[in-house]
Amino acid sequence: MTSLIDSLEQENGKSHLPPVRVGDTVEVHYLIREGDKERVQLFIGTVIRINGRGIRKAIVVRRIVQGEGVERSFPLHSPRVKDVTVARRGNVRRSKLYYLRDRVGKATRVTEKLGEKARRDKDRDAAFRAEMEAAAAAQAAAAEGGEGGEG
Amino acid sequence: MTLLLGRKRGMTQVFEDDGTVVPVTVVEAGPCVVCQVRTEESDGYNAVQLGFEDVPDSRASKPRRGHFAKANVTPKRFLREERLTASPELSVGDVIAADVFTRGDVVDVTGTSKGRGFAGTIKRHGFQRGNKTHGCMNYREPGSIGASAYPGRVFKGKRMAGHYGASRKTTKNLPIVRVDLERNLLFVKGSIPGPTGGLVQVRTARTGGRKN
Repeated sequence: MTSLIDSLEQENGKSHLPPVRVGDTVEVHYLIREGDKERVQLFIGTVIRINGRGIRKAIVVRRIVQGEGVERSFPLHSPRVKDVTVARRGNVRRSKLYYLRDRVGKATRVTEKLGEKARRDKDRDAAFRAEMEAAAAAQAAAAEGGEGGEG
Repeated sequence: MTLLLGRKRGMTQVFEDDGTVVPVTVVEAGPCVVCQVRTEESDGYNAVQLGFEDVPDSRASKPRRGHFAKANVTPKRFLREERLTASPELSVGDVIAADVFTRGDVVDVTGTSKGRGFAGTIKRHGFQRGNKTHGCMNYREPGSIGASAYPGRVFKGKRMAGHYGASRKTTKNLPIVRVDLERNLLFVKGSIPGPTGGLVQVRTARTGGRKN
């Protein structure tokens, strides 16, 4: 049985979330406001945690800025998070990469996932992304149509 | 002052346009039917009595069935009264729905809090616990409950262990974040008393409340 809360979260959240896994090096496209202008800022780093379910699902991205570790949490359903693209797939063996916090320099790198399985994953993600974009486009078209109808 | 009866449906969160996350409790509120109007002349005070949630005839007691028949409404599961300062503008049979509230309204929500049974002083009154180690034996004990020969007794109202919860509680000044008229849903910011599925009364805030 789907509860009311579940269905509400499904309605209010995004229909498709970008395929992201722990260990991936990602670019988060985050909408920021500068004065009265809005622009997309990129936050590039490693996903060290995925937490929450439903509309609360969020990722924590870690990067090193001027020798200092910076972690930011991004709620994936937030309207401010425009997109999360995977630049590099990480080969990791745990769901939370907190051990990276204790490491500096070269040791902070996560090895890239390569080989046949990685290729298959990549293809699947690409297919999913295409579907996601199609859904987004359909939604945008519907919204435009709706506005036109009202106007 | 407006009253609406509803059921708590659980908590979730909504995003504002600027990305702020707002924790909300979803209340399935109304529609409520006015089952009786009390006036200064007839009852000595002004009030409206609201009925909420239909119930089959067989489930209503005989006296209640008579009461509902008099008002010419189908039997309801819950009846609650709201006192009014002036004589009521509503009449018997009027329906009140979620549209009495709009985004930004500030409400008080009353419900029956979750029962916790016989609870110790830590849970019930927020007392501090003793040391876990170093030979301490007073881990979750209440400690001293008073002095000795003077006064020679324990003061009335001394906070002790006992039954906790399952009492009427009101959470005040909660802004309404969203109203879904199609499904009679109110999205109230923050948490409200009681379990999911429990009956709650939503009314305009008594103290005016902060606007936000």
